[in-house]
Amino acid sequence: MTLIALNGLTKTFQTPSGPVHAVRDVTLDAKAGECLAIVGESGSGKTTIANMILGILAATSGDINFDGASLNAKRSAEHRRRIQLVQQNPLSSLNPKRSVGASVRLGLDVYNIGEKSKRWNAVEAALEAVGLPGDMRTRAPASLSGGQRQRVSIARALACDPRLLVLDEPTSALDVLVQARVLRLLNDLRAMHGLTYIFITHDLAVVRNVADRVAVFQSGQLIELGETAQIFSAPKADYTRQLIGAVPVVDAAELNLRNQLARGA
Amino acid sequence: MSALLEIKDLHLGFKTLTGQVDVLHGIDIDIATGEKVALVGESGSGKSVTARIVLGLLQETRTARIKGTVQFAGQDINAMSARERAALRGTELSMIFQDPTSSLNPMFTIANQFTEVLRRREPKLSKAASQARATTLLDEVAIPDPARVLGSYPFQLSGGMNQRVMIAMALANKPQLLLADEPGTALDVSVQAQTLTLMRDLVEQNGTSVLFISHNLGVVREFADRVYVIYRGNIVEDGPTEVLFANPQHAYTRALMSAVPRITGVGLPEVPELSDTFLAPRIRHGYAS
Repeated sequence: MTLIALNGLTKTFQTPSGPVHAVRDVTLDAKAGECLAIVGESGSGKTTIANMILGILAATSGDINFDGASLNAKRSAEHRRRIQLVQQNPLSSLNPKRSVGASVRLGLDVYNIGEKSKRWNAVEAALEAVGLPGDMRTRAPASLSGGQRQRVSIARALACDPRLLVLDEPTSALDVLVQARVLRLLNDLRAMHGLTYIFITHDLAVVRNVADRVAVFQSGQLIELGETAQIFSAPKADYTRQLIGAVPVVDAAELNLRNQLARGA
Repeated sequence: MSALLEIKDLHLGFKTLTGQVDVLHGIDIDIATGEKVALVGESGSGKSVTARIVLGLLQETRTARIKGTVQFAGQDINAMSARERAALRGTELSMIFQDPTSSLNPMFTIANQFTEVLRRREPKLSKAASQARATTLLDEVAIPDPARVLGSYPFQLSGGMNQRVMIAMALANKPQLLLADEPGTALDVSVQAQTLTLMRDLVEQNGTSVLFISHNLGVVREFADRVYVIYRGNIVEDGPTEVLFANPQHAYTRALMSAVPRITGVGLPEVPELSDTFLAPRIRHGYAS
């Protein structure tokens, strides 16, 4: 079942030096429970797509269909609540003046989720769901490690009981050991809550291990879409091949794969 | 093989209101002339402060407590005066930072910044001569239109272009040692790969030694001749790059390697929690030539 479908989605920004075509005629869908990766370099349009899905930006043309309803930037609280965002840098995406618990609770208050008297319990449950102690809710973001802060961002998104999570480079600011733990957590949460992920990143090695399907973007256009294993073993577009070829690798098997792809070019 | 840089039993602590916080617990690192050495570790492991000590910057910080020796070309940087250390920076020692766009001065054109760099070595260098030299240097980092770039401000150039400018500037005075702290982390992977290749070719041509600081094991494997792994202020393992990557021995190095996502798609690794074995003594691999 398709949870979200983008149909001919286009975004053009008008600038003094002429129009910038950030996203051009993108048609793409994500099934319920799927992890769809959106990959591309800076300027490929991946964050613009995320912003349109979240309703932060209005599309120039085309539409977004979410769970049977057509969504534009002006949307109901119900729809906003069901699509949540986890950003790259948790230090700048968490309000430094709020306790982490207050940040997690904000969504509950805004969308009026659950009884008021039980919301702190819900906050603690959300923190525990991401592997943090519930009593951490009184702490300030600055007193947490990078990995803990990213877990708080995930808890904040989860607290609203979303169906779709837009993950915008969720682990690229983290150390490799911490990244591995957060990726595992995201995998477990998806399975446990039947969530759908739109996973935006430029890190293809991460994509290989978390995504079901991959959409490759270049200059605002979708240039290749396929099952993850197929994209990595037999990419069709030269650009995809180049992207995989640029990944710094650590072991012989990876080196082999990279050389194979280079020969196939 | 004589070492250009020889760090011996280096300790670093910071004095704070609640007592001293120890950051480096006696590390040893050496780099031969023309050798590319990587120092790899996570945030807070002590890799960037090590670079700042080699540059002679932390010695000027009042709260820093530094012990041990840092021999550079036969002289101990720790024993030098502030003025002597300053004279080394930008001439014999230079540095490339993580984010090229924010480490270039936004208020001056690239040409002006080149003049400033080149005058570190030759204070009397004329503007015209410095422009000519800068043009050649930008040519060497494969910048297609040096004249346009020289007349530009950093914000007018792409991140990849600024990174090349940084590399050209860092190598302008033919330093003996280049310190590179997470170069290119802020760039796209394909741009990062190109600039690293460029940097490697240039330092090899010039015979420059490099201390390459990174948390990215893949990048380290492709760039360095030799690797030191640092964990919580201790070197835990070191050896030639191929040996270390083919056969990591220390528990921490192994955990680090296993946590790197692979493009072969072997799945997400089970990452061991912090363990006492991470603090086990240093493992040195043989240096059979």
